[in-house]
Amino acid sequence: MNQIDLNMVDWARAQFALTAMYHWIFVPLTLGLSFLCAFYESLYVRTGKEEWKKIAKFWMTLFGINFAIGVATGIILEFEFGTNWSNYSWMVGDIFGAPLAVEGIVAFFLEATFFAVMFFGWNRVSKGFHLFSTWMVAIGSNLSALWILVANGWMQHPVGMIFNPDTARFEMRNFWEVLFSPVAIAKFTHTTSSSFIVGSLFVITVSSWYLLKGRNTEMAKKSILVASVFGLLSTAYAGLTGDESAYVNAFTQPMKLAAYEGLYNGKAKADLVAFGILKSEKMPGDDTNPFLFDIKLPGLLSLLANRDASSFVPGIKDLVYGNTLEKIVGVNAKMERGKMAIADLAAYKNAKKSGDTAGSAQALEKFTVNKDYLGYGYFAKPEESIPPVKLTFYSFHIMVSLGCFFTFFFLVFLYLGYKNSLERHRWLLQLGFISFFLGMLASQAGWVVAEVGRQPWVIQNYLPVHIGTSNIAAGNVQATFFMFLGLFTLLLLAEVKIMLKQIKIGPEEV
Amino acid sequence: MIGNLDYVILQQIWWILASVVGALFLFLTFVQGGQTLLWQVGKTETEKSLVINSLGTKWELTFTTLVLFGGALFAAFPKFYATSFGGAYWVWILILFTFIVQAVSYEFRKKPNNLLGAPVYELFLLINGSVGILLIGAAVGTFFTGSNFTLNDYNQVKWTHPLMGLEAAFSLFNLSLGLFLVFNARVLGAMYLVNTIDFSGMTEFETRVRKACLMNLLYALPFLLYVLVSLLVMDGFGFDGKGVISMVPHKYLGNLLAMPQVLGLLLVGLVLVIWGVVLTSLKGSDKGVWFGGLGTVLVGLAVFFTAGFNNTAFYPSKADLQSSLTIYNASSTHYTLTVMTYVALVIPVVLAYIAWVWRQMNAKKLNVDDVTGDKAY
Repeated sequence: MNQIDLNMVDWARAQFALTAMYHWIFVPLTLGLSFLCAFYESLYVRTGKEEWKKIAKFWMTLFGINFAIGVATGIILEFEFGTNWSNYSWMVGDIFGAPLAVEGIVAFFLEATFFAVMFFGWNRVSKGFHLFSTWMVAIGSNLSALWILVANGWMQHPVGMIFNPDTARFEMRNFWEVLFSPVAIAKFTHTTSSSFIVGSLFVITVSSWYLLKGRNTEMAKKSILVASVFGLLSTAYAGLTGDESAYVNAFTQPMKLAAYEGLYNGKAKADLVAFGILKSEKMPGDDTNPFLFDIKLPGLLSLLANRDASSFVPGIKDLVYGNTLEKIVGVNAKMERGKMAIADLAAYKNAKKSGDTAGSAQALEKFTVNKDYLGYGYFAKPEESIPPVKLTFYSFHIMVSLGCFFTFFFLVFLYLGYKNSLERHRWLLQLGFISFFLGMLASQAGWVVAEVGRQPWVIQNYLPVHIGTSNIAAGNVQATFFMFLGLFTLLLLAEVKIMLKQIKIGPEEV
Repeated sequence: MIGNLDYVILQQIWWILASVVGALFLFLTFVQGGQTLLWQVGKTETEKSLVINSLGTKWELTFTTLVLFGGALFAAFPKFYATSFGGAYWVWILILFTFIVQAVSYEFRKKPNNLLGAPVYELFLLINGSVGILLIGAAVGTFFTGSNFTLNDYNQVKWTHPLMGLEAAFSLFNLSLGLFLVFNARVLGAMYLVNTIDFSGMTEFETRVRKACLMNLLYALPFLLYVLVSLLVMDGFGFDGKGVISMVPHKYLGNLLAMPQVLGLLLVGLVLVIWGVVLTSLKGSDKGVWFGGLGTVLVGLAVFFTAGFNNTAFYPSKADLQSSLTIYNASSTHYTLTVMTYVALVIPVVLAYIAWVWRQMNAKKLNVDDVTGDKAY
């Protein structure tokens, strides 16, 4: 574990961010719109009314265009772990590979097989079988989200595994712990419910445009009704699971929590920052106020993080430099033990290589004492353990504010849609028209919180990001970065143009 | 139950499972083969539409099988996944690019206002079917000819060739395997089109497709022969009881003789492919694809079994023999393989619903009316 090319890490990071964020433009829409298509088609099958069929087919057309580019941008992510992060892949492949393979077996084939029926089966299979296929596509898509989020959840909170010093890698010991890890569950429920919101907002955006233009009004109003019910239920669920995610962060990734709350100095009865502007000159060690301006809700952070309003929530300073009073071991102390672990591991391997049984047993014993701090040994200074605070903080606050806003947004659309008076409120339709873009912003911001907030770890507490890269020159990753940027941008432009044209064409006469 | 199986047995089960997925992928490359036939057999827009729409219901199966092949190797043989993808960087990146552009092409090609125009999306399909399959063949070829990498004490890969994987395409053996797969995919593509398209009133179109099947078999033959003969005479990468790798004279010939079942798979497979072509091109049947498909699966299995079984390193290193990967030194732990084997028990269910949906969707052949509807590609 040597020759770290820092430039390579940053390009590999940039490429992952680029490809994942491009992929994430399409995925929430697939997850949400697939269920909405299934609802519309179910209404058609139950009522037998042709108008619902036309509505279902219209949204399916848009779904299909989006799905294709989602698949195109998705394949690279599965293989990028190997191309740019091969050390990571080897060290954790025993655990991380499994959910990816399960995803292929149980989810991708469901999507791929029934997608063909959904699009080409209208005249080839029975009505019931077609509806079944549409539901299978929705379930398959969301099942694939489950498995990839189990994999991601494990990186954020590694459970069910041990470190094997002989192979220098992590090995799975309990599959159920990996699958039912609280982080994995919170991730899956929060990600899918927030994607349902994005799908619902997409329907409202397109339908609002029709209403503003005064065309396809019946179809638009019917679509909005179903989407606002689904959206409203999803905001409630996203709120609950979001709260659960923060609660889980408090004991699995306290540094991430501190970063997205802008909490530098930990305290009891900690306040929740509802709005804040961070000072750029703030350093983690000093005791100055990190905020230029803020609005705080007293005691709420302690309540949300620990379910106890008087509890202590550690800040960035406590986590980096330690806090004896609260019995928090700082990164500086963990680094020392980590460096011992690295040295003992090397001694163990050398002794084993030269056939020194006594020496290897002794080194292994020493290693075992500090093995849980192994990852900290790769830091040069304790401050490296702090994620980019500003980016994490602002992304988190954008996500939460928009999430709260969507609750009221869906309520209003549902109420006025039910009263059939949406067209009388043009400003609301204008807001509806841009709502999908706000949803996309919130959704992307959520991933920024999750992934930037867990830096510098690729496996929380065990493996810093820079240890996980492939041993290749940065130029390769740089080149592929621009290749992906160019190609994905081109495909996105094509997708948007096609989508806009299809929306302009619209469903026939509903 | 599965947890009581020996580690070695689990490793072998997973090599078989990965081989099955890989071999099924080779059968499903009829989609890629069909894509490269598009211009050659489709002279009018209607004919082209029939080809695209016939392949359009199946491209995702092929794509998903490729993704599963990657996922299964990651889970069962992570050292291979890390070594090959992290080292033979450019060959994999280029393969992936050809599949990225394929994935949008069916959906976008005929949609109005699609930015690039139908010919560009058709070019994407051609690139995927030719360059994509050629490079996959070249990558599989390295299972026999070896690659240029070393692994350090922590099993981290260092590639020792400046072309970072692309050098695979400059070996005559790898190139021949790649070209054989390209032409075999075209043979299968023609068989599949004959099986799914209703040619009534389009005899010229039908003749072109049926003829393409035979011609591409003829194009494939020299490359197949070169691969087979080389395989029988070349030295291979074997290992002894202690896992020490060495060059073994006529290793792969030895493997086929030591495992007569594998030799049987290879021979039966080849005969089936040829019989599929005879049915399609000479006997006027539309069932050739089933023989060609099964034949390809059997040949694929024989290739992967020869590469991995009988104490053979399946991902050998020319740069440092002892860095070579075998199914025993590159696999996941006993526990992970056990878990994955339980998961694999659902594979028959997956295959069953794929077959069922296939039957439902292909019960009636695709005709001109189908491709003029609003859901046509």
